[in-house]
Amino acid sequence: MVADHRQHHIETIRSIISVLVYPIQYLVNLPIAASEWMGDNLSSRETLREENERLRMQHLLFKAQLQKLASLKVENIRLRELLQSSKKIGENVLIAELLAVDLDPFSRQIVINKGTRDKVSIGQPVLDAEGIMGQIVHVGPFSSTAMLITDSNHAIPVLVNRNGLRAIVVGTGAPDQLNIPYLPNSADITVGDLLTSSGLGGRFPPDYPVARVTGVTFDPTQPYATVTAEPVALLERSQEVLLVWLAEKNAIAAPQDNEGMKDRVNTPP
Amino acid sequence: MALAKQQGGVIILLTFIIALALMMMPMPEWAETSRPQWLLMVTIYWCLALPDRVGVIIAWLTGLVLDVATGSLLGQNAIGFAIVAFLAIKLHLRIRLFPQWQQALSILILVALYQIIILWAKGFTGQSAQTWAYWLASVTSMLLWPFVFTLLRGVRRFYRVR
Repeated sequence: MVADHRQHHIETIRSIISVLVYPIQYLVNLPIAASEWMGDNLSSRETLREENERLRMQHLLFKAQLQKLASLKVENIRLRELLQSSKKIGENVLIAELLAVDLDPFSRQIVINKGTRDKVSIGQPVLDAEGIMGQIVHVGPFSSTAMLITDSNHAIPVLVNRNGLRAIVVGTGAPDQLNIPYLPNSADITVGDLLTSSGLGGRFPPDYPVARVTGVTFDPTQPYATVTAEPVALLERSQEVLLVWLAEKNAIAAPQDNEGMKDRVNTPP
Repeated sequence: MALAKQQGGVIILLTFIIALALMMMPMPEWAETSRPQWLLMVTIYWCLALPDRVGVIIAWLTGLVLDVATGSLLGQNAIGFAIVAFLAIKLHLRIRLFPQWQQALSILILVALYQIIILWAKGFTGQSAQTWAYWLASVTSMLLWPFVFTLLRGVRRFYRVR
């Protein structure tokens, strides 16, 4: 037990046992997956058409935005090259599905259906469509466990999007509350501020939304301000998550990669 | 005769697997903390019924599997299971004779002991749960013990697990 906490040689044992556990997790997940499948198959034509229409509109909108984004990205890289800063951009992503299994109710963790077979590794960031969800803490061959940003053992470096103030967002163990400790009473932070990842720890990709500030109390008798926030990602509702690989390559190699991506995005199906 | 001596190992394994599945079954948020310790109850039952077959080592392995399944520190459930199984075997002759409500009370104590061990392990790794709801699992385990006991006894007799 101490060995697991202090060092991580035992991770292999855990990954071996996780192979034995995976069929049971799969079994537990099965009824939920089946009911979802039934729901998908039995939904009426009307709702499907509506959804299709809505998605088509959304797709059009996003595509238009993406066209702009691609050119902006290239421009951004060029400008950064001029400034000689080597900010890494361009990340690989993989979509994984959540398994509907409950873990320890007092720690915030999830199980996903991708493991070392899909080159998932410990420490990898997990996102959803809205923002950062957490990071991988255990991997097995077929499944892995991710710790959410709301877990009381989790902290993530962030920036206040409005003014670039650096801070650290710490989980509380409650499903929808985060703390931002060690901000002085004079800090420029207000309710509604968006906190984005700063990428300073080297673990999370920079500039993804993390949380939104919900409460700020400046108490002169306390050394630090009390700041709370709620996660932007739908931690309790997402069914699919994105696994991100941080790009190893530097900014100079990135343009070709982006060019390719632009082509792929813009070609009509 | 040697063959008749021990049988039904598959049945025992099956009950463990079902209990593990119950431990992972998704439950609504409000009920999550009061989830009965199914796996521990099944382990205790087999320790009481067949102490020569299911012992501390099997309990320890079961706890290890639960650790992986719930993503907790490797070994924290294992040590809890092993200690509880040791006590259950030590006291199995006494507990077997108790009427069911009294048996349920001893289960309350055993499960609470297990939870104390887990709380201690969590405490020194800095992830302690602060709510009183943490202890609800002991109470629900106690309330459900008569059903678990009757069911497992029925299974044991029906399949002649010895």
